[in-house]
Parts: sequence; structure tokens; C-alpha cells
Amino acid sequence: MSETKPPPLVRTSELSKHYPVGRSPLQRRIVHAVEQVSLEIFPGETLGIVGESGCGKSTLGRCLVRLTDITSGTLEFAGRDITRASQRQLRPVRRQMQMVFQDPSASLNPRRRVGDLLADPFRVHEKLSRSEMADRVEDLLVRVELLPEHAQRFPHEFSGGQRQRIGIARALALRPQLIVADEPVSALDVSIQAQIINLLADLRDALKLTYVFIAHDLSVVRQFSSRVAVMYLGSIVETGPVDAVFSSPRHHYTAALRSAVPVPDVDNRPAQRIVLKGDLPSPLDPPSGCRFHTRCVAATSLCRYERPVLSFVDTNHLVACHHPRAG
Amino acid sequence: MATEMPLLAVENLCVSFRTDGGVVPAVSGVSFSVERREILGVVGESGSGKSQTLLAIMGLINSPNAIVTGSVRFLGQEMLGLKRRALDAIRGRQVAMVFQDPMTALTPVHTIGDQIIEQIRAHESLSRGAARRRAVELLDAVGLPSPESAVDRYPHQLSGGMRQRAVIAMALSCNPALLIADEPTTALDVTVQAQILELIGRLRDSFGSAVILVTHDLGVVAEVADRVMVMYAGRVVEEGGKGQLFREPLHPYSWGLFGSIPPMHGPRPARLTAIPGSPPKLSQMPQGCAFGPRCGFRHEACAAQPSLGSAGGHRSACFLPREGRHELRRTLAGGVPA
Repeated sequence: MSETKPPPLVRTSELSKHYPVGRSPLQRRIVHAVEQVSLEIFPGETLGIVGESGCGKSTLGRCLVRLTDITSGTLEFAGRDITRASQRQLRPVRRQMQMVFQDPSASLNPRRRVGDLLADPFRVHEKLSRSEMADRVEDLLVRVELLPEHAQRFPHEFSGGQRQRIGIARALALRPQLIVADEPVSALDVSIQAQIINLLADLRDALKLTYVFIAHDLSVVRQFSSRVAVMYLGSIVETGPVDAVFSSPRHHYTAALRSAVPVPDVDNRPAQRIVLKGDLPSPLDPPSGCRFHTRCVAATSLCRYERPVLSFVDTNHLVACHHPRAG
Repeated sequence: MATEMPLLAVENLCVSFRTDGGVVPAVSGVSFSVERREILGVVGESGSGKSQTLLAIMGLINSPNAIVTGSVRFLGQEMLGLKRRALDAIRGRQVAMVFQDPMTALTPVHTIGDQIIEQIRAHESLSRGAARRRAVELLDAVGLPSPESAVDRYPHQLSGGMRQRAVIAMALSCNPALLIADEPTTALDVTVQAQILELIGRLRDSFGSAVILVTHDLGVVAEVADRVMVMYAGRVVEEGGKGQLFREPLHPYSWGLFGSIPPMHGPRPARLTAIPGSPPKLSQMPQGCAFGPRCGFRHEACAAQPSLGSAGGHRSACFLPREGRHELRRTLAGGVPA
């Protein structure tokens, strides 16, 4: 099976993103938001990216669609290096990759009708007649289980869940191959969350979409993804098939994260909760060696000096740890 | 008599707001009680009235357009309509509140220590030095590392989890009999949330406090609560012991909530059993059972308002026959673990 694997749709190699912070040059410091991330995303799969706030998962998502410049490393999309592609060069590629954000309202102009907002991508990328455009907008609305007449309404007339549907419709407009969804359901109530997750899954099957699904909620990621990457302070610490990573985590951070999730079940309580000591260190001043050694139960002096690299512990299952947990 | 009296008894609490479009009900006829050392979890989605219920209990609804009726008795004393001064003898001292965003309770211009000291000295005649020592002890008790130096820090120098601990320390400063926490962990990362939940569980053991914990997260409730109350559209739709409510929920809305949460164990369902539609707008409340329009088991009886039934035990506001509800639940798409 793995012999016939198609080439990856997205490939990053040691991709890093650094931000300068501080106003004057003397105070300027560098945030290592994403550090040397190498990953491959294959057509039709859903890669979940999990981690706590500040781990760099959103920045990584923005790098993948080149919404932000990449400091070092390379990014390939469909076999083409787009690490330094100019805005003009990117334009045809942009049709192929779209983003869905956490707060759809922020990306919907309140003074324009939804039909108008959904027609924007066509105006920019395709030459369509007015009636063709209206047809395409109607198709989009139906795709996301809204009604054609919703095109005449303004964003404020919709509920949070419906607005996220509009955000998804807009991402789908140009029939992209890749959708990067950054916390698409975390602002929604649980019952609405489930509707949107079901919708995203239906669209994946119907349109053969490839997703990068960024979320802090592990249960949502488990439900929706085929593969998962766990990030801590800018780096991927563990990656592999969802079931393997969540049921037998090999990195101590993944294990702690996994055990911290409160489960709505009174009979199947997790055996033991691993409560992490202290807080997430500042990405301005990350710990030496393994970034996690300051909070890790298995840390040794080696972890303080030498940074572990991602290496295989099983087929498709990689972990960056000097002393991985037993599988 | 004295042993029978619940710590907090809320009866037929109603909160509504006068608006241009008429009077809008936010909380309708909510009744419940909290016993000493009990942790009550209140679950509901946005607009379910859970936060307004808490604010009404604390006498924090100040809007001139708000109408609050019913009864809130703390240790037998009626709190609704109490004068500010009388209320302040209870609030902060015997009943304390923690909000989702710790910065709503902290001012950025004073140190954490100063703010806790102020809180202690507002309610107890203690010297500044003694109050400061108490503040350090409290910060230590809530698990803030190096409390002697943390006491002199400003809120912005602490992380979100630390700030929430500081606020909890402040809330605990007068050994309240009841702590009301409104989504205290929602803004926090899961590993920090685990620390705060552990702390709330410990509160009861070391401080003997009862806790009302409001959250949208059933996982959080399963973690710490003894009893659970589910709210929908301003009403309590189900109430019961944690074991009862999680093992055999009775209300179709509770079924929908459980079905909406992706499991962390076992096989992944192909689809989640989401609840169709969205909660009603408070200004356009449907006739009869408010959950009716989204309910798969709606029938003629649902045109009337279901009552929650008598207090105690496991109760739900639903017209479905009590027998056989668990079998009905199994018929929901997606299925229910046996």
C-alpha cells in the first residue's frame, strides 16, 4: 500500500518562522514561533495539529498557505517550491489552498450581503457572467446546508454556526485541494460544533478535500483527523496515526496533554492524570535542549543539552524524545 | 431544622429584561439547592441562562431594565432585594465568585498581594502585616509557585493560569461557604485546566466550601461535580446526581449534548449525533417546550410547558414516559454506547 502512495500535496522541510518583538532595536528579541518543522501532507488525508496556546500551531497553518512569510526552510505545494514565491506567482496556487478561521465574523464585511461576499473569489479569479456567478453562489450555499435565499442577507442575520458555514462556503468557492482550518469550531456551542464537524467531514468525502485541522480540543481532532501532529513550543514533538498517538502516546508531553482532557464519562475515567508542573515557558526564551525538559517527568541531563529529533518508533509514528514512553 | 437547611436555596428564580421588543425572559422559574460541601455543575450552551442565574444569585444584575423575581436564600436569609450593605456582608465573605476572565476581577495597577489584602481587610479587621501573611498562605494553597515573590507581582506578570489561581485565592480569602465559578477554566489550556480543576476539588476538602461550577463542558462536570443541572433556554431541563445523569440521561437535549461530543475512547463514530438547528432566540421563545423544535421525539403534549417535577433525585422536564427512555435514546442516529 505504501509503495503506491501518491506524492504529497504539501511538503515542508525544516520550516521555521521567527518574529521580531520589541519596539527599539536594542530591545528587539526573536520569537521562535515555528522551529524546523518537516512534514508531508498527502492528498485526501486530514492532518490534525494540536497543542496549547502559543505552541505555534496557528503560525504553522498560516505558513502552509503562505499567509505569512517563511523565515527559513522550504515549503512545497503539489511538487512546486513556493517558499519564496511572489504574490503574483502565488496567485494561481492560492486557488488551490484556502483557509477557514476561528471567528468567521472577522472575515465577513458586515455591510455586504452574503451573496456578494461569496462572489468575491469568482470576481478575482474567474471571469463569470452575472448569472453564472449567482448560480455558483447558490451552489455554495446549498453545499454548506444553507438556503439559496440566504444570499440576500447580511452577516449579522446569521447565528455563529451559520456564519461559520458561510466562512466554509467561501473557502470552497474556487474548489481548492487543500483547506487549512484554524480552530474552526472552538468558538461554537457543543451542539453546533458537532454540526460543523459533520459538515466538514461530508465535504471531505464529496469533494476529495485535504485538510489541515488545527485545534486545541483533542477529542475534536481525534474525531476528524487521520493523522495528528502534536506541537510544543514551535516544534512537532510527536506525529502519527490518530489512534496510535492518542491511545499509546510515546512523547511525555502528548501523554500529559491526553490525560488532561476531561472526559464526559463517569465510568471510563482515565487511569491516572498526569498533571504537568508549572507553565509553558516563554517562546522568547525557550529552554535549552529538549524544549519540554523543564516539565518532563523523564528528563535527564542529556535532555538539557541535546535537542531530540523526530525519529520512528513505529510505522508512520515519529517522536522527538530521548526517552520515549513504552508503546 | 438547622441541619436540614440547605446552604443555598433558589426558588422560582426569574430574570427578564425590558427591551424595545418587549420583555425578554433570560431565566424562567429556576429552582435548585446546594448543600454544604457539595459541588454542583451547571451545564448549558450560550443563552441558556446559566450565567444570568449566577449573577442574579450574587445580586449583580444592576440593569434598570432587569426584572428579577423569586427567592434566593443563603442559610435561610433572603438575598434578593437585600440592601447593598447587607448584601456585602454576605458577598465576598460567605459567597465568592470567580469569572471566566481573571482580569475582570483584577486591576492591572495594583499587585496581586495588595488586591488580596484589600479583600481580606474589607471583611475582617486584620492588620496589614497579618493580611499579607494570609495572602501568601492563600497563594501557596492555590499552588502558585514561590508565593512570597508572586504576592508582589502585577497581574500582567503572571500567566493566564496563574491569574486564575490568584483570583481563586482572592475568592477564598474569607473562607467562603460557597464559591460560585462561572466558566473558570474555559479560557485556559487543557493542562492548566487540569490543574485548576484539581484545585477546585481540593477546595472542598481543605476549605470545606461548596461550589457551583458553571461550564459548557460536560467533561469538566464529570471531573469535579457531585450533582449536575442542565439548562436550556432559561430553564432547568434535567437535574440529577452525576452518576445518574451521565449513565442514564433523561432529557433529549442532554442526549444531544452527549452525542455532540466526540469520544476520546473506543471507535470513532462516522458522524456525531448533532442537535439540528440552533437554540431559540430569547425574544422568540417557542410555545411549550423550548427544545421542541430541535427535538426528535416531539409529540402533541410538547405544546405545553413541561415541568421539572418534584425536587430531589433525578428529574427532567420532558413529557416522554419515564419508562423506556433509555431505549428511545438508543434509537437516535449514531447510537449510544451500550
